[in-house]
Amino acid sequence: MAQLFHRSSNTLSKVSIFAVLFLIAGALAFLYAYHNSDYMTYVDVPREQPVQFTHEHHVAGLGIDCRYCHTSVEKSSFAGIPPTETCMSCHSQVWTNAAILAPIRESFRTGIPVKWTRVHDLPDYVFFNHSIHVAKGIGCESCHGRVDKMPLMWKANTLYMQWCLSCHRDPAKNIRPRDQIVTMGYKPAEDQAVLGPKLVNEYHVNVKQLTNCSICHR
Amino acid sequence: MERLQSPDVRGIAPNPPVLAKGYTYDAITEKISDLSLNPKLTRGWLGGFSIAITLAGCMVVAIIHLLFTGVGIWGNNQPVGWAFDIINFVWWIGIGHAGTLISAILLLLKQNWRTSINRFAEAMTIFAVACAGLYPLLHTGRPWLDYWLFPFPNSMGVQQQFRSPLLWDVFAISTYASVSALYWFVGLIPDLAVLRDRAVKPVARKIYAILALGWRGSAQHWRRYRIAYLVLAGLSTPLVLSVHTIVSFDFAESLIPGWHTTIFPPYFVAGAIYSGFAMVLSLCIPLRKAYGLEGFITARHLNNMAKVMLAMGLVVGYGYAMEAFMAWYSGSPHEMGMFINRTTGPMAWSYWALIACNIVIPQTLWLRRARRSTLWLFIISIVVNVGMWLERFVIIVTSLYRDFIPSSWHTYVPTIWDFAMFFGTIGFFLTLFFLFIRYVPVISIAEMRELSHEVEHGHH
Repeated sequence: MAQLFHRSSNTLSKVSIFAVLFLIAGALAFLYAYHNSDYMTYVDVPREQPVQFTHEHHVAGLGIDCRYCHTSVEKSSFAGIPPTETCMSCHSQVWTNAAILAPIRESFRTGIPVKWTRVHDLPDYVFFNHSIHVAKGIGCESCHGRVDKMPLMWKANTLYMQWCLSCHRDPAKNIRPRDQIVTMGYKPAEDQAVLGPKLVNEYHVNVKQLTNCSICHR
Repeated sequence: MERLQSPDVRGIAPNPPVLAKGYTYDAITEKISDLSLNPKLTRGWLGGFSIAITLAGCMVVAIIHLLFTGVGIWGNNQPVGWAFDIINFVWWIGIGHAGTLISAILLLLKQNWRTSINRFAEAMTIFAVACAGLYPLLHTGRPWLDYWLFPFPNSMGVQQQFRSPLLWDVFAISTYASVSALYWFVGLIPDLAVLRDRAVKPVARKIYAILALGWRGSAQHWRRYRIAYLVLAGLSTPLVLSVHTIVSFDFAESLIPGWHTTIFPPYFVAGAIYSGFAMVLSLCIPLRKAYGLEGFITARHLNNMAKVMLAMGLVVGYGYAMEAFMAWYSGSPHEMGMFINRTTGPMAWSYWALIACNIVIPQTLWLRRARRSTLWLFIISIVVNVGMWLERFVIIVTSLYRDFIPSSWHTYVPTIWDFAMFFGTIGFFLTLFFLFIRYVPVISIAEMRELSHEVEHGHH
């Protein structure tokens, strides 16, 4: 009887055993790398906006407080995207004819809000609340990074759950005095290893309950 | 050609042989391999296959509807959070156990009557585990996230709860499925080589050749095969006990009266073997009849399986008795209330039907005449299968539907989708089994040749 297969199939069959292992391992490694890549997370990726608003200029250059625009950050779950009127509170006086601000004036005239591109977007099953974080001494910078150095806004962190948990498991390493909330480039006045636990105590942060599922998922 | 005819088995000897007289190597090879290579497309096979695949279609429809709509299409809701999905899961997983027991433990115990039934009992195991696995995967509600059941590097910063028996279940079932499939396949290799060598159609020959992994039957091959087979048998042996023990922990580790019981592990394992042997009988009685395999699967096999079933039935009966005893002896009003409700409440019919099916009717197996009657054995095997399904129904539903707070008591009524899924998996199981009968040797050719040598010449 003739051979059913060419003799090379011996080698092929042996190689294929390893090939399958490497292919599976490779596919899993690729998925892992892809999931954590900037391409997927948009970390450090400046996002185009309808108006090229620069936080760098407004925060670092002019020294405007975060809360001038993000008015509800201390009282509400949502920090607030400023309405066009907030922009016009200055830009009806300065740079009134600047071409770059044309969409703002247009929006003010028509009453149709500017469609900003959302940079920080959590899944709908996460009930994030800005006010509690601010009230318990977590600075803007801790999550949003050095906004005063961002000409266009980008994400400084992945906002993945493991990142949230890294602080919820040990908030002492990020907590700061309440009067330093909006400070950019904050340096603790004393050793954070000492100050952190002290503030956690003072602000009554119940670290144990911070990792309950229902703290964020309801 | 005289020797190719099945020997007469109607006259039953006091202790029938494990292999009818007159089967030479050639006769064995020809008889079994012909079932795969030169099958007669009988009306029985076609009819059975059509029914099976139609039911499997129901399952597919039920799953698609489930994926688009959600688990709300099922009847389970608070307080009966587990119902058909878990009943059927435990039922199918239990059925698989006989295959592993026959193929692994009986091999290690050198029981030569396992030889002619191990192949299809193992196939039954794999198909039953496939059906069982569907239920918890769909029960999660979001089956596309089921890979979350396994520990993997993730961006969520959380890992599985290793203290939960539900997670142990994931490992128990996946180990069981992979070891069983591997064991089955390794055992098949010499037979696939026989089919390759005897196949005429070039496509069939190629497919069998690829699956036979270049088996030439050299002494070296046989030596390695023996080692691999024995190692896998050794790996499978603890699985007979561990898998259903862990399944029972899903219940026993909770604090529900009726579940929180130390008797559960042994009683579940015995129940699994009980239902498994019932299923082996339900499958092999029609199979040997349809394909004239009475010479291979003799009255001896049926008799032995009936005895195992009887013994396991008694262990299960002891389990029921202990549940009743502990309900009283514990002095716990919840435990006692649950037991009284189970035996006299609105769902008492299920408890007494279970006692009839699992304890009363199988006692006829004490009679030799009952064990020798294939028809009666077949009926009993179906009755036990029904009884074991009822057992899981009783354990799950009657423990849950009367919660600790009377205001949350609520009865359970399955929906049409529960039934579509249940009968659908039976169809899926039978579809796989019909395909198995058609394409794979239903009895191990290599081991039967060995057995015929032993029968003719005594042990080596």
